[in-house]
Amino acid sequence: MEITININGTDHTADVEPRWLLVDHIRTGAGLTGTHIGCDTTSCGVCTVLVDGTPVKSCTMLAVQADGREVTTVEGLKSADGLHPIQQAFSDEHGLQCGFCTPAMMLVGAALIDENPAPSDDEVRWAISGNLCRCTGYMNIVKAIQAAAAAAASSNGDG
Amino acid sequence: MTDTTTTPPEIGGVGHSVKRVEDARLIEGQGNFLDDIALPGMLHMALVRSPVAHARINGIDTDAATAVDGVLAVVTGELMAAHGLAWMPTLSGDTQAVLATDKVRYQGQEVAAVIATDPYAAADGAELVDVDYEMLDAITTPQQSLAEGAALIRDEKEGQTDNLAYTWETGDEAATDAAFAGADRVVSLTTHYPRSHPSPLETCGIVADVNSVTGQATIYMTSQAPHAHRTLFALVAGLPEQNIRIISPDIGGGFGNKVPIYPGYVVATAASLLIGQPVKWVETRTGNLISTGFGRDYYMTGELALTNEGRIQAMRVDMLSDQGAFYSDAQPTRYRAGLFHVCTGSYDFPHAHIKCRGAFTNKAPGGVAYRCSFRITEASYLIERLMQTAADELGIDPAELRLRNFIQPEQFPYETATGFVYDSGDYPTALRKALDAAGYDELRAEQAAARAEGRLVGIGIAHFTEAVGAGPAHTYDIAGLKMIDSAELRVHPTGKAILKLGVKTQGQGHETTFAQIVAEETGIPATDIKVIHGDTDDTPYGLGTYASRSTPVGGAATAMVARKIADKARHIAAHLLEAAPEDIERDADKFHVAGSPDQAVSIQDAAFAAYTNLPEGMEYGLEDVTYYNPPNLTFPYGSYVVVVDVDPETGVWKVRRMVALDDCGVRINPMIVEGQIHGGLTEGFAMSSMQWITFDDDGNCIGSNFMDYLVPTAWETPRFELLETVTPSPHHPIGAKGVGESATVGSPAAFVNAVVDALAHLGVRNIDMPVLPDRVWEAIDSAGG
Ligand code: FES
Ligand code: FES
Repeated sequence: MEITININGTDHTADVEPRWLLVDHIRTGAGLTGTHIGCDTTSCGVCTVLVDGTPVKSCTMLAVQADGREVTTVEGLKSADGLHPIQQAFSDEHGLQCGFCTPAMMLVGAALIDENPAPSDDEVRWAISGNLCRCTGYMNIVKAIQAAAAAAASSNGDG
Repeated sequence: MTDTTTTPPEIGGVGHSVKRVEDARLIEGQGNFLDDIALPGMLHMALVRSPVAHARINGIDTDAATAVDGVLAVVTGELMAAHGLAWMPTLSGDTQAVLATDKVRYQGQEVAAVIATDPYAAADGAELVDVDYEMLDAITTPQQSLAEGAALIRDEKEGQTDNLAYTWETGDEAATDAAFAGADRVVSLTTHYPRSHPSPLETCGIVADVNSVTGQATIYMTSQAPHAHRTLFALVAGLPEQNIRIISPDIGGGFGNKVPIYPGYVVATAASLLIGQPVKWVETRTGNLISTGFGRDYYMTGELALTNEGRIQAMRVDMLSDQGAFYSDAQPTRYRAGLFHVCTGSYDFPHAHIKCRGAFTNKAPGGVAYRCSFRITEASYLIERLMQTAADELGIDPAELRLRNFIQPEQFPYETATGFVYDSGDYPTALRKALDAAGYDELRAEQAAARAEGRLVGIGIAHFTEAVGAGPAHTYDIAGLKMIDSAELRVHPTGKAILKLGVKTQGQGHETTFAQIVAEETGIPATDIKVIHGDTDDTPYGLGTYASRSTPVGGAATAMVARKIADKARHIAAHLLEAAPEDIERDADKFHVAGSPDQAVSIQDAAFAAYTNLPEGMEYGLEDVTYYNPPNLTFPYGSYVVVVDVDPETGVWKVRRMVALDDCGVRINPMIVEGQIHGGLTEGFAMSSMQWITFDDDGNCIGSNFMDYLVPTAWETPRFELLETVTPSPHHPIGAKGVGESATVGSPAAFVNAVVDALAHLGVRNIDMPVLPDRVWEAIDSAGG
């Protein structure tokens, strides 16, 4: 079945088997391997991408369901202006160790900041509670997302 | 914070919180994890696993699977046996089935493998492999396994007449028994440290690329120990070692899970060899949880002999471990229960005796050191839980009881009752500092007031001592390979350097911290040093990263090789300055003649001269390699204080505060050290509160996915307050001790002690991990509270 998904601003048209998962399509079809796979039960969240701006676990969506929609992966975070504030903050605050959960964590963080420019510790923890991390104990991930929110707010002139 | 920095930030030596160089690729999605590797013509493999725990295999029908579009081959045990590969040696001297031929011995055991052109076709094929099982009763506890008349699990093993996997004992039994006979008080605790699983978010996997023309085997593999794995591949598969190249790419967490060699690796390699195309196998999460290296599963009874004043005189331990179907612990050969004998902990007493047995059961094998230096987690848990029990039984405050028994700072180096020689420590200072930060006295007062109102508040303490950095070659080997490690340093003419390591990061930040060690020792800025690791063709030999050995062994090798380079550079500088080498001193980044700091040569100048302008008789170049054989283990320690509120109606407990003081010696990169502690504390919390693998009576694994095997999310995870003291290791070149596992080792007892402390006045002395609300509620209920 032919589908067209806009991934990180570029249309990708492909003929896919209806049963292919979106995550497999992103990784194998589009060749964007920053989106990871960590479980079989929609539990770990390392496959999270943004579909029309909303975090979605791409292991639990079929590629065909994303036809005609906009998908953002970690590879789409950086812009011509450089790193997204969330990327800078994850590095500055040591919000990653092995880095396997990181792309998804950053996307969820970026979506949260879009909705809530100054999330509290609890609000960040709730927002990322669908995403596991086995390395960091979350403390620095929370710090990084809050630091990114502060950086985004100040670059928007209201911080 | 204790400041141990000696270099300016531009150089970024030891003590600087240098930002990690690995981050640049990882935050842009440019990491190169195993599953990201795609080779031309690559095939995909799916495993067929046993759905039952114990059964005889009467036949395997592969016709339907072979008929699936895209399926190229179905590999069974019979085919592997034809190549002498149906069984493989384990890291503990046992053998393990690669693909089952006679029986399956645990749920999830590998029975067949389907090779196909894409992963969906491979999975379709695996569904259709039809195995005829003749069911046998499952043995699911080591107690059942060792009972009279139990069926023999390892009936294929010559000379095996029962289900005993090993026995081991250490210490002085007679002296210990005598101390117990004469003791004022004896306190005992029986507890189970449940089976847990490291479950890194990236599962295990391999891309095996065996070129049938050249014989070259390039193996990409999620490996914490690529060099050791290369040697084992050579020995198991009979491939010439120079033709095996193991590349361990970015690793999405290891925690011990990626130390063993798993059947899937062997089958994929054999399939690539037979088919002549690269074969990829990436484990499913369920495959990971039900078949690969678990941790713990020790049933322990510990006893302390004490005086009425609470001075410990001896310790006695009787232990039974559940090994699963094959004895495949990853641990030093000499020690059948790892380093469990560090269980005398932080306390000064003369006698101990430890006796262990391990039993085969119909469960997955593994026994890896899950974020732990070979069973030290269990050991530390037992002694720290016993201290709580003794405090409650003797009516002595648990902090006071520890202070009365601590090894004192002036007693180091201190030889324990089981023969470890602790390198350095100041335990009373550490504990007092942690207690002060927690506000211990106020907390005790609050606890008393709360009890009067019927509220339950608990304060848990744990003071652990770890033994890490295996290890000295006279004592430590795995499968005969001495546990040394290495570093090679090449300084180029422009003064930029490449450091090659025998160890391998899985997120600990080696590419940053090891460069800092070189910066410290040579003055080359850390940002000018590229660290290479994980590729056996391109790095010197080493036993890998686990058991917190990277910093104690690989870090020491790095410091030593950097010193060799710095020394040669000093000789070159002397030549350039026309002075005697003895008169040359080094600042952070310059060599100068003693007393004349203006006459200086930079390390970069010396590097250039190493290729252009050498003193007579000196060999060109500026590179070297060091193999480091550590003189001793290192002994990091810490004092943890946890405060919990327990709801008496539901048994739910919440961590109000977690104060963690760690002393890991000199901190190379404080930011990274703190990150390691955060992660370790979280895993300690996980094991104490929710994370375990259990089985039903038929041997079905409960905990085979992340819906049943609960690992904490950000929502449940407590906030941590970190403290430190710095007591350098006297025998480590830069005084570092290693930290990656400390918090996982030390914290479970602190959490459990806190819950037990909340209920101590009701007479509750123990709740086994995980301390689930229903267990707490039951403890309260049966205590009549
Ligand atoms: S892969 Fe785990 S939630 Fe998608
Ligand atoms: S950084 Fe390793 S899983 Fe999050």
